[in-house]
Amino acid sequence: MNAPDRNPRRAFIAAAGAGVAGLGFTAIAPGLHLMAVGEAAAAVEARKAGTSASPAVRWGLLIDAGKCAPGCTKCIDACHTENGVSEKLPDPRQKSQWIRKIELVDRRNGRKTELPMMCQHCANPPCVDVCPTGASMKRADGIVLVDRHTCIGCRYCMMACPYKARSLVHVPLTEQNPEVPRGQGCVESCTLCVHRVDKGQTPACVESCPEGAMLFGDLNDPSSAIAKRIASVPTTLVRSDLRLNQGVRYQGL
Amino acid sequence: MKLLRILSTLLFAAIAVSPAPTVAGEGGRTPKPVVTIENPGKCVAPAEEMRRNHMEMLKHQRDRTLRAGIRGEPASLNACIDCHASKKTGSVLGGKENFCESCHSYVAVKLDCFECHQPKAKFKAAGLKP
Repeated sequence: MNAPDRNPRRAFIAAAGAGVAGLGFTAIAPGLHLMAVGEAAAAVEARKAGTSASPAVRWGLLIDAGKCAPGCTKCIDACHTENGVSEKLPDPRQKSQWIRKIELVDRRNGRKTELPMMCQHCANPPCVDVCPTGASMKRADGIVLVDRHTCIGCRYCMMACPYKARSLVHVPLTEQNPEVPRGQGCVESCTLCVHRVDKGQTPACVESCPEGAMLFGDLNDPSSAIAKRIASVPTTLVRSDLRLNQGVRYQGL
Repeated sequence: MKLLRILSTLLFAAIAVSPAPTVAGEGGRTPKPVVTIENPGKCVAPAEEMRRNHMEMLKHQRDRTLRAGIRGEPASLNACIDCHASKKTGSVLGGKENFCESCHSYVAVKLDCFECHQPKAKFKAAGLKP
């Protein structure tokens, strides 16, 4: 919030947005400043108790790979803290990965790009298609979840997911957060911090990114910051040839 | 001789029944659950209804919350834990005095909720620091 601004009304809106969301947007370029504040303001609307998730909303993420700092793992740490992913495993291949960093290298010129990869919250999710028990499900507002009450741990969804977004919990757990239940024998993946989103907060990774590279919001609302950005700059759906219509988009790939 | 046998049988029966004070109930072999309600008077339904129907309430609520996304329902496992966790251990599990475990071990019903859910009130996970 250190960008000089002569308009007192705009400064007031910015201060209100930052105060409610508890975020600073210092890293955001002046041109994107107001959009970011708009995003924070849109995300503070908590859904009323007793109302169900609305199909009019489609939650989505826009990740700017150009801003993602090499070697930074702040989003992963914030995700693990928020969701209580702390188990130590003898085999690192069994580790739960709700979000992971991947590095793309252009072999012709050596250009490296880093980006966080997680559940892409598809509109047509293959994990939901293949689930034999109906545990893998998509909520009305586009968030793809696993119902652990019915998950039998068959891992069919892990094979179906083209983004390797899902993990199986291999060991008994005791350190769960009360709002994020997880346990042995169930498949899990990024929930888009559904417990935070329902309270009107943004996902933990978005809040933690020091570069402001992640933007969260309602893709269906043309006035939201994320919809405006998608309408104005070129963005990519990873493996768009699969026509899954993901909720997570990338910029600068 | 016969009288002596009858007398000894009666005496044996008396000895067998007598160490009853710690074994509650009418000749029951299992200790009765110790239900300590840490925050009384705040429950979402009367105790009789809770005893019979808490599993149904939680089952329907979990589907509404997870699948439909409805928050702030009166029945909620976290709200149960917040009130009923033992003041000593902060948990609803752990021993015969802890709220959930005392009854469930008495009636021998497996308590699956806490394979995934956190049994401690106000627990804050540390997460994995690199």
